[in-house]
Amino acid sequence: MSDMDEMDDGSGVVKKFMFLNRKAPHGTVYALEGLEVVLITAAFDQDVSMVFTDDGVYQLIKGIDSKGIEVKDFSKTYRALEGYDVEKLYVDQASMDARGLTEDDLIVDVAVLSVDEMANLMAEQDVVISF
Amino acid sequence: MLHIVNKSAAERSSLESCLRMATKGSAVLLIEDAVYAATTGNAAAAKIQAAAADLKIYALGPDLAARGMAGRVLDGVNVVDYGGFVDLVAEHSNCQSWL
Repeated sequence: MSDMDEMDDGSGVVKKFMFLNRKAPHGTVYALEGLEVVLITAAFDQDVSMVFTDDGVYQLIKGIDSKGIEVKDFSKTYRALEGYDVEKLYVDQASMDARGLTEDDLIVDVAVLSVDEMANLMAEQDVVISF
Repeated sequence: MLHIVNKSAAERSSLESCLRMATKGSAVLLIEDAVYAATTGNAAAAKIQAAAADLKIYALGPDLAARGMAGRVLDGVNVVDYGGFVDLVAEHSNCQSWL
């Protein structure tokens, strides 16, 4: 038996990761970069939750047409997350309300959480990464 | 004067400062993430509508479309394309970009 077999390299450890998205989609590169990191994390079979609060809820809006600003429309990628076993998508009710949005305005199925529910979800994570 | 704002009113105070400083008859052009303020249901919508009484409010169409907001523009807000952006800059003797 080689030493490698006896060493615990950490593979197989599953942590709870929350990706907290608070930025609108095109004004900064945070939304796109965050999405890419989520896909990478999911490839390592981690327990991934994506949370959208504040202007981050705008990332999930229907009807985006970014041809006019000559920027890639990455909003369709959110619909592909399911294929990467990223199925825990949460939005903040208060952030939706402050923008006049409802679940019908969003391109993916999400769970809409109250402030208390969101706070508890955040508190139970091993790692929170903010974009 | 033409005032140009490019940051979300939910994140920065630039729109609020702009509206406080803009004098009657001035133009305010919302671009990039600032366009959300000119959409129905947004928390800043009331400020924009109040300001529209004394100011001419414009929003850049391609930025609205890229954010899925083309169908949610507030009444009283004029949507312009890039050509309209250039016209606004040319029509005004000076302009101020609120960073």
